[in-house]
Amino acid sequence: MAGSAERREPPRRAAAPAPRRGSLSDGRWRPLEVAFWAGTLAAYFAFPAWHVLGSQILITGLFAVSLDIVLGYAGIVSLGHAAFFGVGAYVAGLLAANGWHEPLSALGAAALAAAVAGYLASFLVVRGTDLTRLTVTLGIGLMLWEAANRASSITGGVDGLSGVTLAPILGRWTFDLRGDVAYAYALVVVFAVFTGVRRIVSSPFGRSLVGIRESSTRMAAIGAPVERRLRAAFTLGAAIAGIAGALIAQTTQFVGIDALSFERSAEVLVMLVLGGAGRLYGGLVGALVFMVAQNGLAGIDPVYWQFWLGCLLVVVVLFFREGILGGAANLAARARGRRR
Amino acid sequence: MTGVTAGYGPAVVLEDIDVALADGDSLAVLGRNGVGKSTLLATLMGLTRLFRGTLCWRGADLARLPTHRRARLGLGWVPQGRCTWASLTVDEHLAAVARPGPWTAERAFRTFPRLAERRGNRGNQLSGGEQRMLAIARALVVNPRLLLLDEPMEGLAPIVVHELVSVIRSLVVDGGMAVIVVEQHARLALSLTQRVLVLDRGRIVHCGPSQALLAEPATLDRLVAIP
Repeated sequence: MAGSAERREPPRRAAAPAPRRGSLSDGRWRPLEVAFWAGTLAAYFAFPAWHVLGSQILITGLFAVSLDIVLGYAGIVSLGHAAFFGVGAYVAGLLAANGWHEPLSALGAAALAAAVAGYLASFLVVRGTDLTRLTVTLGIGLMLWEAANRASSITGGVDGLSGVTLAPILGRWTFDLRGDVAYAYALVVVFAVFTGVRRIVSSPFGRSLVGIRESSTRMAAIGAPVERRLRAAFTLGAAIAGIAGALIAQTTQFVGIDALSFERSAEVLVMLVLGGAGRLYGGLVGALVFMVAQNGLAGIDPVYWQFWLGCLLVVVVLFFREGILGGAANLAARARGRRR
Repeated sequence: MTGVTAGYGPAVVLEDIDVALADGDSLAVLGRNGVGKSTLLATLMGLTRLFRGTLCWRGADLARLPTHRRARLGLGWVPQGRCTWASLTVDEHLAAVARPGPWTAERAFRTFPRLAERRGNRGNQLSGGEQRMLAIARALVVNPRLLLLDEPMEGLAPIVVHELVSVIRSLVVDGGMAVIVVEQHARLALSLTQRVLVLDRGRIVHCGPSQALLAEPATLDRLVAIP
């Protein structure tokens, strides 16, 4: 045995320095990733008039990333992810409207509340098959929406929760109408959370989620507690959705009941599929393309813009079955192959 | 495992099976197609319906435990066929599941040098033989006390079979873990193991030392050959 291993040593050495795509141990940022985040920073200076939209894109992108953990990595289909977005938004909004004006601690409280909600919901969601999960998540979303609607004395019902006033961030930066502080705040928080998610996804835990998605029996057979891992992923996704919801509440200083709506759940799913699920950046790219297109089309054709948006979605998803990022990766691979 | 009757749904596949295995023991499970060989392994892992009988393992009652707890107690199952994860790399397959013990990813790569050459490749970019090696390596880095191999040689090129046989033989000789091999190639499996169990229609029809059965071709043919 030892002899044969020795003889085969040289080819292994020779092969080792080859680039290891998407490997675990190297947590280094790839050039494209650096360019992406540099772009978000540059956008602050390049498009000062678009800070409000920009901050919403970043936040919605984070929301889509939170769904990516649940859907793209853990493979749990959800049509009610807005439930946790809404919980985060209402927690942050209610705190600010009722005398707790400090934003960062409210962000933490929102994440915690959404995580608790997600953890409780996960027991119902994880058990079933895809269709059951779809229905259960949808049902949870509807129940929360109706609960917020009923409790209008607290939440403002369909009129929304106003009176959200925030203290300056860290006592220095006051939220302004142009959205300068909102964009910077959203960017810092989204980047920080994303960095954390990026680490988790490439950890053995994150890899085991992919294993579960592809075959849960196989994963259980080698000692992974499948249901517990899925519950953990669902809870994590909920917590991050809560942070995204809190960011929306804080940067717009308003919470509309649509934060909990089915449309929001569906829209974020569409953005994720558009960008590419299971790719971490898919949510961010999907939100960017979707919202820029939405904004641009509404400007060009204020009446029938939804038609063009639908058209865009169909075309992109038909031609790039794995979303924009998946399609781009395939094209890049093909280009590399041709050059050789 | 004593008096085990198991199957799927209402169907009984195995009836009244008794098997005992000591540490470092090796057992070949033979029989024609559809006699319940794979079901025997699946029953150990808790993937079938156990109608009767007890499953005892190192003092623990397995019958009540879910699959992943059994794996943690030291049952390493390598299912039949290609069973890698398409979108994880070789490295990630091992890192996602490894548990502390004598088998590390590095040792697995020394055992399967071909895998070391392909550590950055994804499960769906490997050949059938490499996938089988990866499935075995993945079970090994969990550091099982009992390795369950379900037709490890099925559908592989002779050269790969040769390589796998030498690895399995060294595992058996090493004695660090007990091994159960389900195989269609009866003679190969007998040459690898100390004891043999032959199943027919869900029941044990022969049980004894592997060498003895290997020495009696007539009996072997009667037990496993297709009539």
